[in-house]
Amino acid sequence: MTISREDVLRVAELAHLELTPDEAEMYRGQLDEILNYIGKLQQLDVTNVEPMAQMSFAPGETHSARSGPNQEPGTPLRDDTVRPCTVADAVLSQAPDAVKPFFRVPKVIER
Amino acid sequence: MSPTAPWTVARIQTSLHAKKISARELATEFYAKIDRQNPVLNAYLTLSPERAYAQTDRVDAAIARGDKLPPLAGVPVAIKDVIGTSGIRTTCGSKILESYVPPYDATAVARLENAGAVILGKTNCDEFAMGSSNENSAYGPVRNPVAPDRVPGGSSGGSAAAVAAGLAVVALGTDTGGSIRQPGSFCGIPALMPTYGRVSRYGLIAFASSLDRIGPFAENIADAATVMSVISGHDENDSTSAAVSVPDYSAEIEKPVQGLRIGVPEEYFAGGIDSEVKDKVLAAIALMEKLGCRRIPLKMPHTEYAIATYYIVATAEASSNLARYDGVRLGLRVSGATLLDMYRKTRERGFGPEVKRRIMLGTYVLSSGYYDAYYLRAQKVRSLLARDFSDAFQKVDAILTPTSPTPAFKLGEKTSDPLQMYLADIYTVTGSLAGIPGISVPCGKTKAQLPVGLQILGPHFSESRVLQLARAFERADGFSI
Repeated sequence: MTISREDVLRVAELAHLELTPDEAEMYRGQLDEILNYIGKLQQLDVTNVEPMAQMSFAPGETHSARSGPNQEPGTPLRDDTVRPCTVADAVLSQAPDAVKPFFRVPKVIER
Repeated sequence: MSPTAPWTVARIQTSLHAKKISARELATEFYAKIDRQNPVLNAYLTLSPERAYAQTDRVDAAIARGDKLPPLAGVPVAIKDVIGTSGIRTTCGSKILESYVPPYDATAVARLENAGAVILGKTNCDEFAMGSSNENSAYGPVRNPVAPDRVPGGSSGGSAAAVAAGLAVVALGTDTGGSIRQPGSFCGIPALMPTYGRVSRYGLIAFASSLDRIGPFAENIADAATVMSVISGHDENDSTSAAVSVPDYSAEIEKPVQGLRIGVPEEYFAGGIDSEVKDKVLAAIALMEKLGCRRIPLKMPHTEYAIATYYIVATAEASSNLARYDGVRLGLRVSGATLLDMYRKTRERGFGPEVKRRIMLGTYVLSSGYYDAYYLRAQKVRSLLARDFSDAFQKVDAILTPTSPTPAFKLGEKTSDPLQMYLADIYTVTGSLAGIPGISVPCGKTKAQLPVGLQILGPHFSESRVLQLARAFERADGFSI
């Protein structure tokens, strides 16, 4: 057994999920099976292998030999200039409880 | 042209120019068909006739003035419901976004509309695009138009079913681990996942940001190429979208395929593959050889680790992306005594079982004490999988495989066993992790008349070549091999 009921409840707490006792038991069994399966990655030797966190094409970098001579994959960044952002009303219109210009939530700080 | 021939982009353009039909009449025809068929198929979740008819009136006015028409003028399209549409409800197939109306359009949607396309509505999908059967939608499953007792595939099941049933001419889907290609295969239509960064993700509601891509479903390769020319290209609103010039795909696809080297990796024809699927795909490869391609056997040794890698990387990213649904900024809120109580109750009520399962798996593999063993290790294995492809593309121009090990399965057949459902993604998650483009095209049917899909994978930004091979296969009647 890779994952215990306590583990499941701890993960649910971290993920802000509230589970019923039945759900906790169902997920324990399913996650256990999945974790046992993905444990097969432990078989591989990954010494000196760089982790790949994101697909990125640095300017000028060609990722495959035959992708063509004129292709220079790149993900350029735009100029760091200030631009007006006037979306607050539109965004707040989709909030479950808004008092412009704020989202309203239950009281966080007791005093 | 027979009156029952399917509408294609080319046929629409000809008919509009000849004034045989107006854009408005065409949209009306599609909505009538949707009214008849959608109660059974459940492909559309939301229809947007107001926006559609505003667009058809613009197109019809342009025709009346004799203006030059844009490439998708009057073409009825469907949009997967994880792609944001200004003023049109966008649910992601989830209760948590049941009444969410985005204040802006996704770039891909805006580009389609600028090219004259008519947005008919939003299509059903697995909740937050998590699933391979469309059975994880909070709004009920989609039925496969080819075999209504079977799933259409997922997660873009609604988009695939809409095009296959003639309820849209083209549709946008999204692919994270196979969610465009596999439903394309199950429903018997072409379905393209572009290179990561080829199409802007701006406005696509995130599942796994390093994997998510937008791409088209179409009736034929020419239409898929036209859509790709419209939606591709850099977008300053998506820092991961690539500044790589966009070819004229419609011109590229007619180029000859003679002499192209096609790789056939042995790992994709072993294990649990259905024997009829294997036979059809091998027949498809033989046809490509007859068309002048050179077949080269390949070994891709890390393939067996792809599912494990994918379900760590994708769920880790999902657990982070879905943290934003907490009842504060958008979507459902369930009140609670405290802030934390509100978060928990909102997420408990708003998310379905598969989404919760993946959030928990993702949270677990990122959590203290397990990060190195699972998440970091998976990122390293992802490098190895990407290397399998870059090594292979030194020797071949494209790789041909089955899209899915089985044809469409029955509704309910796999819902009780999540791991078995995950394992069926084996042939599609590899290309997802490597960031390369891939298309699924139909390659005949099984004895039970279920469509089989051939997957054509190419190097980064080789959509032209992938489409060119698909077009040659289509021209040679490979779709009904």
